[in-house]
Amino acid sequence: MPKRTDLKKILIIGSGPIVIGQACEFDYSGTQACKALKEEGYDVVLVNSNPATIMTDPNFADRTYIEPIVLEALTKVIEQERPDAILPTLGGQTGLNSAIKLHEAGVLQRFNVEMLGADYEVIKKAEDRELFKMAMRKIGIDLPRSEIAYSMDDALRAREIIGLPCVIRPSFTLSGAGGGIAYNIDEFENIVSKGLQLSLNSEVLIEESIAGWKEFELEVVRDTKDNCLIVCSIENFDPMGVHTGDSITVAPIQTLTDREYQVMRDASFAIIREIGVATGGSNIQFAVHPETGRMVVIEMNPRVSRSSALASKATGFPIARVAAKLAVGYTLDEIPNDITKASPACFEPTIDYCVVKIPRFAFEKFKDADPTLTTSMKSVGETMAMGRTFKEALQKALRGLETKRFGLGADPADRRVQPPTKAALKKLLCTPNAERIFHIRHALRQGLDIDTIHEYSRIDRWFLQNMREIVDYEHEIARFADPGSIPEDVMWEAKRMGFSDVQIATLTGSSEKVVRARRHQLGVKPAYKKVDTCAAEFDSTTPYFYSTYERETEVVDSGREKIMILGGGPNRIGQGIEFDYCCVQASFALRGLGYETIMVNSNPETVSTDYDVSNQLFFEPLTLEDVLNVWESQKVHGCIVQFGGQTPLNLARALKENGVRIIGTSPESIDLAEDREQFKQLLKKLGLRQPDNDTATNVADAAMVAERIGYPVVVRPSYVLGGRAMEIVYDRTSLEKFAAIAHEVAPEAPILIDKFLDNAIEVDVDAVADGERCVIGGVMEHIEEAGIHSGDSTCVLPPYTLSPALISQLRDHTHALAKELDVRGLMNIQYAIQKGVVYLLEVNPRASRTAPFVSKAIGVSLPQIAAKVMAGRTLAELGFTEEIWPRHFSVKAPAFPFNRFPGQDILLGPEMKSTGEVMGIDDDLGCAVAKAFLGAGMQLPREGKVFVSVRDSDKPAVTEICRKLNELGFTIIATHGTWKSLHEAGVRVDMVHKIGVGRPDVLDLIKNRGVGLIINTPSTDADTRHDEIQIRTQSVLLGIPSITTVAGARAATLAVEAFLKNGIKVRALQDFHAAMTSAR
Amino acid sequence: MTERGVALLVFEDGTVYRGKSFGAQGETFGEVVFNTAMTGYQEILTDPSYRGQIVMMTYPLIGNYGVNPIDVESKQLYANGFVVRELSTIRSNHRSTMDLHDWLAQNGVVGIEDVDTRAIVRKLRVQGTLRAVISSRDLDVESLIKKVQASPKIVGADIAKDVTRTTTDRWTEPYTADFRFETMRAQEPRYKVVAYDFGIKQNITRSLVVSGFDVTVVPAQTSAKDVIAMQPDGVFLSNGPGDPEPCEYAIEAVRRFLGERVPFFGICLGHQITGLALGARTYKMKFGHHGANHPVIDLTTRKTEITSQNHSFAVDPASLDSKRARVSHESLYDGTCEGIEVLDAPAFSVQYHPEAAPGPHDAMYLFERFRALIAKHKASDAAPSTVRT
Repeated sequence: MPKRTDLKKILIIGSGPIVIGQACEFDYSGTQACKALKEEGYDVVLVNSNPATIMTDPNFADRTYIEPIVLEALTKVIEQERPDAILPTLGGQTGLNSAIKLHEAGVLQRFNVEMLGADYEVIKKAEDRELFKMAMRKIGIDLPRSEIAYSMDDALRAREIIGLPCVIRPSFTLSGAGGGIAYNIDEFENIVSKGLQLSLNSEVLIEESIAGWKEFELEVVRDTKDNCLIVCSIENFDPMGVHTGDSITVAPIQTLTDREYQVMRDASFAIIREIGVATGGSNIQFAVHPETGRMVVIEMNPRVSRSSALASKATGFPIARVAAKLAVGYTLDEIPNDITKASPACFEPTIDYCVVKIPRFAFEKFKDADPTLTTSMKSVGETMAMGRTFKEALQKALRGLETKRFGLGADPADRRVQPPTKAALKKLLCTPNAERIFHIRHALRQGLDIDTIHEYSRIDRWFLQNMREIVDYEHEIARFADPGSIPEDVMWEAKRMGFSDVQIATLTGSSEKVVRARRHQLGVKPAYKKVDTCAAEFDSTTPYFYSTYERETEVVDSGREKIMILGGGPNRIGQGIEFDYCCVQASFALRGLGYETIMVNSNPETVSTDYDVSNQLFFEPLTLEDVLNVWESQKVHGCIVQFGGQTPLNLARALKENGVRIIGTSPESIDLAEDREQFKQLLKKLGLRQPDNDTATNVADAAMVAERIGYPVVVRPSYVLGGRAMEIVYDRTSLEKFAAIAHEVAPEAPILIDKFLDNAIEVDVDAVADGERCVIGGVMEHIEEAGIHSGDSTCVLPPYTLSPALISQLRDHTHALAKELDVRGLMNIQYAIQKGVVYLLEVNPRASRTAPFVSKAIGVSLPQIAAKVMAGRTLAELGFTEEIWPRHFSVKAPAFPFNRFPGQDILLGPEMKSTGEVMGIDDDLGCAVAKAFLGAGMQLPREGKVFVSVRDSDKPAVTEICRKLNELGFTIIATHGTWKSLHEAGVRVDMVHKIGVGRPDVLDLIKNRGVGLIINTPSTDADTRHDEIQIRTQSVLLGIPSITTVAGARAATLAVEAFLKNGIKVRALQDFHAAMTSAR
Repeated sequence: MTERGVALLVFEDGTVYRGKSFGAQGETFGEVVFNTAMTGYQEILTDPSYRGQIVMMTYPLIGNYGVNPIDVESKQLYANGFVVRELSTIRSNHRSTMDLHDWLAQNGVVGIEDVDTRAIVRKLRVQGTLRAVISSRDLDVESLIKKVQASPKIVGADIAKDVTRTTTDRWTEPYTADFRFETMRAQEPRYKVVAYDFGIKQNITRSLVVSGFDVTVVPAQTSAKDVIAMQPDGVFLSNGPGDPEPCEYAIEAVRRFLGERVPFFGICLGHQITGLALGARTYKMKFGHHGANHPVIDLTTRKTEITSQNHSFAVDPASLDSKRARVSHESLYDGTCEGIEVLDAPAFSVQYHPEAAPGPHDAMYLFERFRALIAKHKASDAAPSTVRT
């Protein structure tokens, strides 16, 4: 069927900020969808609050709304744009839920907007546990025994039927948030009550535990002619009981016979047909009993998902792109296979390699959280690797994880950790955890047999046996005293098993450099094979490669001038989609200049690893060895390291030493900015001020330094990312505590101690320089005071309180630094202003987390400009010589994963904890703040009660805020201390009991949802602090906005006021940018 | 598992791949065909159509789930040799009873692992099918090249008569319970079908039983007269190995069925024989279709199906007499003729494998279509006025 001509304008809703369970994969799918629909001539209207996405670049949709994904804003967009249809299946759970809300509010019906792909009934049927169960029974598909509960009473009755252990799954939540396995009654009640609260419709499913069963996923696509196909099959290394997002997964399925696989395939088609997904992709999960083979269906996602992004990257089949085309009426036989160009998309990819995905966790950031892996997702990112064997792919993926592991152990990290005892091992194998894969290695080394490890972990023996072969080969390699004596066949075999040069060096007591030299001497080099969807049956023109140690390589040097861009690897807190945005922009810019671009990255979620973003894509771990191999695979002109975050920067120096030509700012300049001593000298030379600081090598030393500088001070280890183990301390006791932690985190690095600037305004400046000229892209004033990690702060562009004189001073400093560091490309500087004095906190001569935000705010892509500068263009040639000062306000606000880590306090500090960000953009500052807060998931109250509890030093400031809230019609509630001070200042305030003083207390009030906003700045005494933690964690659980800084409270008040006065007005990014151009 | 030695894979053009021996020790010859199915090696190895061929799997990890007594397509292994990238050292599946290595060794099939199978696919894709030898005995390259060059070719070879049965047998076994997830209903009324065994896969006969047929299987060279004497409601023409052209006995029989308007259904070699009986031409393809992901469009319904395929020969659609037959199915990959509907007799055939095993079940509706064809034919026969001459 040809495409539909009755549709002109199509609305796509994105997935908003990066949170656990919704990451770059929906930028990838959304971007593909936008491209696919625009190609067909449709007008695309996009709503997404996340500025760091490629999809929100103004040229990907016709109308781009960076607005909060909430009913009110979405309704306004629909009212304004009048789309003919909405495509709800490409924006993750957020996009799907938004479409449901729009339907339930009657908005879609009122404006006659058709749901494409999956309509309301379909989504309900797939997502509603009870409806899903009924549907499965109807078509004869087996399910785990289960009962639905809407209350604790229901749940207790259900438990009688199902028994323990059982699984509790709340309906309509992201990635199983709030779910879990209960082994005892306490756990049962605990999880059920949380689940009921988190579920959109207070519904939980209580289900027979199938923990330990084998877990499989199929990615299904269907078209309007009812053609169905499977794009990819996935087997989970971690059996049932661990969320698939937290599992190591492998494609294709390894341990099912064709007969068993085909039954699963038939079941998938029956399911997608019965649920009624008309067109597009779905993900269906199955569990299979390892001894009996009983197969049950677990769930279905009637939309593209993280797994479908993985499936696309694993096979080369662009599910989202195809889904978008199917949604507008095409059938699978009418869509060409973009990879082969020769065949249609109507086929099932077959792969001739093995794919392994490993999740990346951030438990080090959430020390109070339980690190056990459960059915509720906790990982923040993932890496994928391909190899011709599972062993090779597994080891590649492990080093791609960038956790300082270079494969399955046998690397320098071994020295850091003592292998667990046999007794400890049992527990570590039985309880799923992030490090389990390494514990299995220890178990194998200690002689545990496969059956025992299987019994403990329930991990399939096939995986364990492959791991054993790797471990056995360690001994084989270790027989050689030095790499020079390793014979050719052993070297080949080691590389074919995925051993890295670092591992081989560790095993032979040598260095990576020596192993590399030996390898080259022996002629042992990787081949690059194509990912072509068809196992080489047809010629494919798409240069999407992975390395493997085989006979024939498929890379052909085009002879054109090539630039290699290093990506950011797996997402983690502090390094995420923002850097992928920069890499993609760089590729676009350089291709525009006529270069061929080579992307190297290992993150399957991203746009950068889409096959058509760059001229060549190498899906490889970002380690020195793997990057050098790509560099040597053909003649490359230059390599860009400044866009992928810390990952490529860490490689810069070693790459350069190995002959890689780094273009843009030199690695020396980058290092200079990181090296404290050199940096100090530089500032001295330029006459710039920085907070007094020094280094210490041990705890006692640190105390002396702190004494000299004067408290408060900031303590941290050097060379870490995202403010890891960084603390502000006010006295000697806490200094000693945190200095010790810093020392522990990085034992070889010095402890850094800086004077902490109390009550200072923090400012971020992003600029681009070409060696001659430096132009500021954006100046961002933080709402929170200095001391909170810049990634966790809310900031405003342009600044809203700084005087022109101060701004001019910031400009001069920035220009001077750019010149001195000879910056060619992007630069980010963090300043603090205390009592009118400007201090320099940090200079990063590379892309910053804020680069995409600034680009969206000013309507110019800074990474594109920077990439062109790195390729030799001047800013003058590029026409970027003037600063752009928009009249509208752009506000960036963080999104936090606290709801995933129950028990973790939500206080902000110098250590970054946010996973993502949103942008609010409006002519009015208050409205922009309101939009940002709403976009970040904060439910701004319009009326009702505000609970206030602040430390003494904040009382004067909070009094003003409370007056304003009174004025806006809010009632203030406070516990005795705060109540007294507010009452005396004439604020209308009611009193509530502190915890433990009488009932009902403040916790009861919060649990009964008696307040709509909490303002709670942390106190210093331990008792109060304990109460506060309860208050804050409870508020997170219930989704009540909880603000922990005075500045934040002030901003929230501003936002509430603006929200009450104006509501939300929506405006497309294109209109903001056009207004700026005409103003100029 | 015993320590395994070196094996060589040597092609007729002199290309040599060095790998490790597995399965049986020895020397084996055949045309190398690559199969792109990611699962189903046991069905493939027991498919009589692979007689005379060395099978190479493009999926690199083989043997993971071992072998079991159920997933076989005949009573023996037919492939002449087996080439894989990595043989699993463990079998992990609840139904598994034996290692792939042991099974091949017991059944005398010579295998080689640890070769760059993808490089070989790319070679065959360009050069077309080549003969090769796998040897773990003679490791002298020159000698092996000479032997390969002297080994038989498939073109012009009637291999069907080597693999067919000698006796006429009833087949009553349906699918095993775990073949489909839904319960299968008994089909009524049951029709009598005589199935020609040119190297028939067991899942074809199972599919016929499940689709409501009483099945009698006959040897390849059974004459049409003998078959008609059995008074079947329909005839089935099976898959099989080799070149269809030399199978004159079968072509002759099919001409007779066409003439006498005996309803029939052909699969794979049966399809090619149908084409030849209709006066069309068959040809050897460059490297054939061997896999489980081949898209085929039904030109009547315009619906597509993902099919299991295994053929090196095809019917040339241009040579088909448009008054007698039309192309009913086409490959979405390369436009090859994948099905014929006979216009002047109640018959049809497909080039691919609706019985799957291994591969998708998308085309199983064809067995139903065969039933419907017989039903329609019976109804029209019953009404004397509509009888055509």
